[in-house]
Amino acid sequence: MSDDYNLRGKTAVVGVGETTYYKHGQSSDPEFVLVLKAILAACEDAGINPKEIDGFCSYSNDRNDPPRLANALGLPELRYSNMQWTSGGGGAAAAVQNAAGAITAGSANVVVAYRGLAQGQFGRFGRSGGSRPVSGGAAYTLPYGMMSAAQMYAMRTTRFMHEHGVGRNAMRSIAMACYHHAQNNPRAVMNGRTLDAETYDASRWITEPYRLFDCCLENDGAAAMIITRSDRAMDLPKVPALVLGAQQSGGHRSGATAENATDYVTSSFKPAAKYLYEQAGVTPQDIDVVQSYENFTGGVVMSLIEHGLCTYENADEVLTFENLRADGGNLPLNTSGGNLAECYMHGLGLQVEAVRQVRGESCNQVPNVKVALANAGPMVAVASTAIYGTQEALG
Amino acid sequence: MNKSTSDAHLPGLRQPAPATDGLDVPFWEGTRAHELRVQRCSNCKVHQWGPEWMCHACNSMELDWVNIDPVGRIYSWQRPHHPVHRALTDRGPYIIVLVELPQADNIRMVGNLLGDPLQEIEIGAPVSVIFEDHDDGDPEFTLVQWEVTSGS
Repeated sequence: MSDDYNLRGKTAVVGVGETTYYKHGQSSDPEFVLVLKAILAACEDAGINPKEIDGFCSYSNDRNDPPRLANALGLPELRYSNMQWTSGGGGAAAAVQNAAGAITAGSANVVVAYRGLAQGQFGRFGRSGGSRPVSGGAAYTLPYGMMSAAQMYAMRTTRFMHEHGVGRNAMRSIAMACYHHAQNNPRAVMNGRTLDAETYDASRWITEPYRLFDCCLENDGAAAMIITRSDRAMDLPKVPALVLGAQQSGGHRSGATAENATDYVTSSFKPAAKYLYEQAGVTPQDIDVVQSYENFTGGVVMSLIEHGLCTYENADEVLTFENLRADGGNLPLNTSGGNLAECYMHGLGLQVEAVRQVRGESCNQVPNVKVALANAGPMVAVASTAIYGTQEALG
Repeated sequence: MNKSTSDAHLPGLRQPAPATDGLDVPFWEGTRAHELRVQRCSNCKVHQWGPEWMCHACNSMELDWVNIDPVGRIYSWQRPHHPVHRALTDRGPYIIVLVELPQADNIRMVGNLLGDPLQEIEIGAPVSVIFEDHDDGDPEFTLVQWEVTSGS
């Protein structure tokens, strides 16, 4: 590890919590209430009094702002609040990064990373209505029927499959692994709904090259993570998941409008990987379990390649259903069911699951996990990625 | 004479309007005149799309709008089947193409590929613009659509 990095092992996730995960529009609680409930659940898990919280980090323009949360919780001090600008859920690991950075810098002691979504209250991602004119970047896509998230990220996958000749088998395996893991997860919205290869292949097109099961869910709920100093973490009841590294990742003009990112065939993780592994002091071979954000399965294939967990050449052989399973696979993936089959909490659920794997508490526990990776938001302008580890991994 | 049509390929979607800060007014004025105008830096001559207030290459803020040949080649594509907007209900599948414009530093533009919505699509195929006029728009506007170049 280079001396230039100061984050490694200084902080830890000490509590995780979530509300019931609902199908979109089915929460009877308003979004703000969902967030409060997730924070209380995370505090209880951590063994920390909610009044100790003094900082908040979120992403994707979360509507539940820290001053209001601090007011509702009756916090004596609000020392830090932070929003990572991003598209989609690309900031889930960035919220953890920002929390860890603030704590390491001494700006706050107990920081919550959180995300809440109530689509019944605020409208669905997967629908686009309205009749008012659009201007700016949207004017170059929306009048051509390109407006949903699936549509915004489909053409990257088409081009990826064209340039590298990989994709469909790996995409199917990723979807099946997520559904497989959801069957052991009582929180998962798709618990009780299995997915086999025939069902995947027969599923309808959303937009070619994405079938129904290539696409994430839409859900109501909230999730929260409590992050504090590592020395404090050692006195708390749960095994701490040390933040070994966390990184945001955007490339040259990755935010250009009308699909003009210079490097188009990317999950956006190419810049991140070198920083992430260097600061964490680990290599791809050290990763015991991976939570890789599935907005769409094609992005996961690219993410895993760009994180060095497989290659363009061997992706089809490595990314098989057998290999991606927690029960016996070499590259266990999305062991909660992920955004496809647990819940689409804009990817914070994947960060939570990485923590549970490090603790040994997952409902699809991989044996002897020391290092877990969880990324967020492939193909968006700025993605983020984090590595968590045990005390043993810290060395 | 550039090709045009007054048949809307996907009627009822939200229409484009020039940015309120004026950034892309020359582009939308160009499509009305059936010309394809994009930004080119007056200093380093690099083409830029979508428009910005600054050249991404040399950071000059002196940007010209130039007419370019309304042709390109298919860089990527998708075929939406699921209607995400009420105007698309019962419309059936349609094709969105991402077109690369080699004559303008490989900038890319998004549009529909006209013709059979179930046609096979070949990445790299040459395409040319059909300006799609919406004279009933408020304000009136013209979209940039694409068809596979005949004879190719």
